[in-house]
Amino acid sequence: MSMKISTRQVDGVTILDCSGRITLGEGSIVLRDAIREILSKGNKKILVNLGDVNYIDSSGIGELVSAFTTVKNQGGELKLLNLTKKVHDLLQITKLYTVFDVKDDEAAAVKAFK
Amino acid sequence: MNGQKVSYTMDSTLESVDSAEQAASRIATELGFAEEEIMQISMAVREAAVNAVLHGNAYDPGKKVIVEFDHTGGSLIITIKDQGKGLDPAKIPDPLAPENLMNTSGRGIFLIRSFMDDVTILPTANGTEIKLTKHVHGGAAGAKEASQ
Repeated sequence: MSMKISTRQVDGVTILDCSGRITLGEGSIVLRDAIREILSKGNKKILVNLGDVNYIDSSGIGELVSAFTTVKNQGGELKLLNLTKKVHDLLQITKLYTVFDVKDDEAAAVKAFK
Repeated sequence: MNGQKVSYTMDSTLESVDSAEQAASRIATELGFAEEEIMQISMAVREAAVNAVLHGNAYDPGKKVIVEFDHTGGSLIITIKDQGKGLDPAKIPDPLAPENLMNTSGRGIFLIRSFMDDVTILPTANGTEIKLTKHVHGGAAGAKEASQ
């Protein structure tokens, strides 16, 4: 299953609902393009909902790191929402779980943006 | 496939990476590995195949990737060979080091080592060979082994 992203706005926060696989190639490019497009519109509060992402490889992890850094460097914030166990475990073993701001409740996540 | 060897020769493309991953998942399932182990094996194979296609063969259409699955002695041994310029494992930076934590690449070998029981990276005459071993630890795979 390829990667799909839909976006919506909630209280000034852009939420990306991702589904499928974030892997080398199409999946990583789709995420990269979505982040770029959101930033180009001046939206800097980004919540990436990974609840329907069932697979992510090292390239996908790298793409999340890249997104986090890109948004931060532009004065924005990027948080992750609803990690599946697989993605949670991958972020744990790569020591990135504490780097990302990870949330499991959308309303609380939206409120947590400054 | 106990005692049998299955070998695939693949082009240096992203489609081959997907094919290698799918073959790993199918074979691990057939051997009765647990669901989490199947995910680990298929992801390790995917990462090794990505290295072979991307870093080894550099998408060169004249170079092939060979993926072999061998089930012997209660272990699944997977060998992935490329025809690239070679990989020196000693030069792979530690992705967990604080200075590397935010790197956008360089986690593939680390994930492979995390997911497999034994990993050997060998330079060959014309490329790199990586050998991945997953032992049967019991559970579904062990039960299947014991019943044979």
